[in-house]
Amino acid sequence: MEKKIYLDNAATTKTRPEVVEAMLPFFADFYGNPSSVYEFATQNKKAIDDSRSIIAKAMGADISEIYFTGSGTEADNWALKATVDAYASKGNHIITSKIEHHAILHTCEYLQKHGVEVTYVDVDENGIIKLDQLEKAIRPTTVLISVMFANNEIGTIQPMKEIGAIAKKHNVLFHTDAVQAFGQLDINVNDLNIDMMSASAHKLNGPKGIGFLYIRKGVKIRSMIHGGGQERQRRAGTENVPSIVGYGKAVEIAMATMKDRTEKELKLRDRLMKRVLEEIPFVRVNGDKIRRLPNNANFSFQFIEGESLLIMLDMNHICASSGSACTSGSLDPSHVLLAIGLPHEIAHGSLRLTVSDEITEEDIDYTVDRIKEIVDKLRKMSPLYEDFMKKK
Amino acid sequence: MYTEKVMDHFTNPRNVGEIENASGVGTVGNAKCGDIMRIYLDIDEAGIINDVKFKTFGCGAAVATSSMATELVKGKTVNEALQITNKAVMEALDGLPPVKVHCSLLAEEAIHAALWDYAEKKGILIEGLERPKSDIHEEEESVEY
Repeated sequence: MEKKIYLDNAATTKTRPEVVEAMLPFFADFYGNPSSVYEFATQNKKAIDDSRSIIAKAMGADISEIYFTGSGTEADNWALKATVDAYASKGNHIITSKIEHHAILHTCEYLQKHGVEVTYVDVDENGIIKLDQLEKAIRPTTVLISVMFANNEIGTIQPMKEIGAIAKKHNVLFHTDAVQAFGQLDINVNDLNIDMMSASAHKLNGPKGIGFLYIRKGVKIRSMIHGGGQERQRRAGTENVPSIVGYGKAVEIAMATMKDRTEKELKLRDRLMKRVLEEIPFVRVNGDKIRRLPNNANFSFQFIEGESLLIMLDMNHICASSGSACTSGSLDPSHVLLAIGLPHEIAHGSLRLTVSDEITEEDIDYTVDRIKEIVDKLRKMSPLYEDFMKKK
Repeated sequence: MYTEKVMDHFTNPRNVGEIENASGVGTVGNAKCGDIMRIYLDIDEAGIINDVKFKTFGCGAAVATSSMATELVKGKTVNEALQITNKAVMEALDGLPPVKVHCSLLAEEAIHAALWDYAEKKGILIEGLERPKSDIHEEEESVEY
């Protein structure tokens, strides 16, 4: 395989070899169904519990509060739909933000069609939720506040402690989609007063197709997948044992390496941002400069369109992503970039680069050099640039 | 996702640029939707398109369809150019992904817009040419969840 520079770690990450190794015996050797009584299967049950314990510990939760799901998206769906269901006697109102992942936003849209009221709170120009607006939105019928921990596109980290305090003060449940944050940032569900939290393994070098929902003890939440008695009868279906084992291993490594890894990522990311800002004109950084995931860089290059940029980067073996409409399959560019106030044409020219600790400084320099050439080439082709230069 | 021909026209686009004092210039699309195409035509007294240039803000398919459209109209008469449809542009590129079909419509519209400008400047009427729509996205449907 030709060398590639993978700068799309917010999309997914490489499964670590140690994780793959931990998973392998659970395919052909220890394949028993964890629900069975015989000794051969009970060791699988133990393997699941070990993973659950590692994950619970990583966030200050109890082992009985972690429920495995098929993805972060499933966990988000579950948290929203089942809370609305279980707390119907209290009310039918949810508060969320305008920059949530589609797993939350499209679930909210679905719920709205079924009579649930949803308030979408604004964010500021850096993507930080407006806390005063959030608090004002709370009604006696509000059953849930769901705000993502850190944004997948622009990397902005939300003021979780403040949101948790507001939720607690008004006696409203607080859910967070921590898919991008878990394993990257220190999280303690008790300090932050988080009642429910979604996460996914493949964002922290674990396998795809496995996630979890943390549900604080005492929170009423109904089962969404009905069937057998797995996951304390809350999420039926034979456990995905290899992936659960892999998830545990990935979290164990992510927690042990967090400090060194994020330090390295920060250094690479900052080098990337500095060079792009210094060497390319008409570019802006999207997202908060400080309260930001350590591996995330997000730019908007004026006068060009993101998909063109991505294809040309791809031809140089650089993997990245964009919030342009063309990459989302719709006509509108990223809802996140629009919510932070970018005009459409600027949002179309966005580029997200998310580093990992496997990236080198040389990779970053090579990438910036290519971006410079490509942006220049595309601008020379752009009628917007032509008009801008003529007006100057 | 794209055919070899689309990739070829995207990475080595033909006829990129401007024509000073062009016989006709047409700009279609809008930045809101993420694509804008501008086509410049140089048309001689006999009504032959001697030269054509384009500039495009948009995705790979938008650039490739503009490039191909310029190739198709070059050397043609005004009436021949008018007959070039988005289908012809797509076929010449060996097809486009379904979500990118609108790019080929944009290319057809850009040619029409440039011809319309030419006709207006010359004070002539080109039979079969309608005033171009500036926004080709009007009729597209949105996805429901």
